[in-house]
Amino acid sequence: MKSIVLYLHAHQPWRVKPYSVFQAGSDHEYFNDQSPDTDTNNQFIIDKVSEKSYLPTNRVLTELLLKHPEFKVSLSITGTLIDQLEMWRPDVLQSFKELVATGKVEIVAETYHHSLAFFYSRSEFVKQVAKHAHKIREMFGVTPTAFRNTELSYNNDLAYWADEAGYKAIITEGWDPILGWRSPNYVYRPTFTNDIKLLMKNYNLSDDVAFRFSNQGWSEWPLSAEKYAHWLSEADGAGDVINLFMDYETFGEHQWADTGIFDFLKAFPDEWLKTPDHTFKTITEAADYYETKDSIDVPQTITWADTERDLTAWLGNGMQTDAIQALYDLEGAVLKTEDAVLIEDWRRLQTSDHVYYMCTKWSSDGDVHAYFSPYSSPYKAFMYFMNAYRDITSRLLEKGMTL
Amino acid sequence: MKVLMLGWELPPHHAGGMGIACYQMSKELSNHGVDIEFLLPYTADFKIDFMKVTPTHAQSVHEVRNAGGVYDTANYGIIKNYAPGSLDLKKQHDLFAHNVAIMTESREFDIIHAHDWLTFRAGLEAKRVSGKPLILHVHATQYDQSAGGFGNPEVREIEYMAFMMADQIFAVSEYTKSVIVEHYNIPANKIAVVHNSMDVETSINESSNLHEYLKIMKNNGYKVVVNAGRKTLQKGLTHLIESARLVVNKNPKVLFLLAGGGEQENELIELAAEYGLSKNVIFEGWMNGTGKPWRDSFKIADVFVMPSVSEPFGLAALEAVGYGAPVIVSKQSGVCEVLQNCFKVDFWDTHQMADMILSLCENDSLAQEMWKNSYREYTAQNWTKSAHVMHDNYKKHAGVVA
Repeated sequence: MKSIVLYLHAHQPWRVKPYSVFQAGSDHEYFNDQSPDTDTNNQFIIDKVSEKSYLPTNRVLTELLLKHPEFKVSLSITGTLIDQLEMWRPDVLQSFKELVATGKVEIVAETYHHSLAFFYSRSEFVKQVAKHAHKIREMFGVTPTAFRNTELSYNNDLAYWADEAGYKAIITEGWDPILGWRSPNYVYRPTFTNDIKLLMKNYNLSDDVAFRFSNQGWSEWPLSAEKYAHWLSEADGAGDVINLFMDYETFGEHQWADTGIFDFLKAFPDEWLKTPDHTFKTITEAADYYETKDSIDVPQTITWADTERDLTAWLGNGMQTDAIQALYDLEGAVLKTEDAVLIEDWRRLQTSDHVYYMCTKWSSDGDVHAYFSPYSSPYKAFMYFMNAYRDITSRLLEKGMTL
Repeated sequence: MKVLMLGWELPPHHAGGMGIACYQMSKELSNHGVDIEFLLPYTADFKIDFMKVTPTHAQSVHEVRNAGGVYDTANYGIIKNYAPGSLDLKKQHDLFAHNVAIMTESREFDIIHAHDWLTFRAGLEAKRVSGKPLILHVHATQYDQSAGGFGNPEVREIEYMAFMMADQIFAVSEYTKSVIVEHYNIPANKIAVVHNSMDVETSINESSNLHEYLKIMKNNGYKVVVNAGRKTLQKGLTHLIESARLVVNKNPKVLFLLAGGGEQENELIELAAEYGLSKNVIFEGWMNGTGKPWRDSFKIADVFVMPSVSEPFGLAALEAVGYGAPVIVSKQSGVCEVLQNCFKVDFWDTHQMADMILSLCENDSLAQEMWKNSYREYTAQNWTKSAHVMHDNYKKHAGVVA
């Protein structure tokens, strides 16, 4: 039995509005940009992405789930996105609930705020994972059994933690320097763990869809469902699972509807399932079903981003490390206030996107960063973020906290 | 005495200290009975009644500013070309000279008084057409703007040619006079020093301050060190960041507020972050130099630092005293000559600069005493003395020619 594990990640941050030092100390709303049609207006973005991506994608997925008994999807959806959908687009949240109600969609655990807390504060990390699990139970009535960390960041410590926490599966990038001669198309065991299993992204086949699908300069363009299914079948000759991991927004937002991406999504499961031995599995099902082939040792941190597959998109320059360190330095004082609004504001600033916008890697990866940033430069991103940080510190001082 | 004055900007439409200085000296000169017509390259409502302000060309201040200003010598001529359709800085410069020459033909005056390099060629044209004596007023040279380097060779050439052909040069400080002598080989006896000043009345009394965050931090024992000005090589701000690192190491409760934008801003943001100073160093971005945010940034200061590599005068330091802060200025600045009650430091001596910042932040007695005495110097400093020097030179040259 050969399986595709299709995993989609849905996330939107709370973008900080252009926020000057003159606002710090008096205007405590950093995420409420109301200017029409701007990229820091969170409601505008949620509306845009809902129409372009979430709703049409959910329609196609629902169709597929009803049509094919074998079709399964794994999905992660961050707390920051759920909160914004609750506020502005309950209809979209409802369409996600309907997907999960089919019983064939697994929700994957992660941090509520899509943060890098694992690398800065283990106790804060644990709190955010618990908060997310609680929200998922409340929204979808399920308890996650598979774990993904922000941006598929992963190392031995994380696997050890997830194993101890009782997760059955964890996922990361199938990065060649880690795999060596091995294939990503098997289930593995992280070193130093007892029960948890590791699924690694087949980035070639995933990125054919996520990044290259609409690239007319690509020799394989246009990519048809038949051609893609053929590649998948070739790949399965040497493996159990093909892990197709990508952003939810691939469908309709990164690849626009007019590229034919929705027709593609509709068609490729048909093609794959034409072969009798072929099926789909969720992450946890794949972990349960397949034996591990080897153990995987990842002492350093890897992610699914950029050509380096490391954290440098988030923590690669002095602005990024300085800003995030400053934010986590406030942990003790912020939590001590027991002020739910202040704590939430502080956590929203932990969302990894904020430091991502400060990235100064101007390679082809830099183009990707510029595409995703609502600010005109990484320096602006840094200025607004630090001014919001300053407002947090002034609120702490007003509450009698010492920094 | 009738003076044809040539300038590139006047407040409130100005980019730096030169516009303010032009305004205030003209006002004082008119008090001395000098009849001034001020020619500049754009039309705007200046609300000025003490002299006649005439545009040489019907265009808005934005068109001129888009081409670049007196500080944007890198945009002039061979260095950079602008998109077709808009006038670049060189075309603006040439057009100004061309129009001034035409306007000169129909005017009666005794003296031509031109401010900084963008108006020098126009000054030479006016001299050629009228035969009247030309006085050049030097607020900054290419030497200063390139922080002791050569700068834009075309601009340098304009300056050199004009210095050679002028009848008289006014320098805003002894320091600037020495730059003109040493770096342009102009005889010292051709140069008179006319110190800048700051009208006390420009310091507006306002009770509220927009800096809520900084007020809260100050209530919690933090001190605020301010620099205000363009973020450019000349201003020596990388040295201030170096000092900030030393200061924050000793006392993390010192914040640095850098007001004003400029081409070096991004570099400074990154440098501060690399030193782990993001919590302590605050960047405000570009602001109008006459608005309330600008004034409030001066007023919030416990200490004002001006670490310029080469500063012809440095009005901002006087302004800071006016708003209530003790100041630290680099020895490479003209304001040193009129302000004795301050700390003076070589711009490169970041250790000593850090020492001074810490002393002022941690010793209120020192800060109070220094500021009190500097305020006395500030109020004693006015345009009257400088106006006398200018007026005497006007008479001398007008008499020689007539």
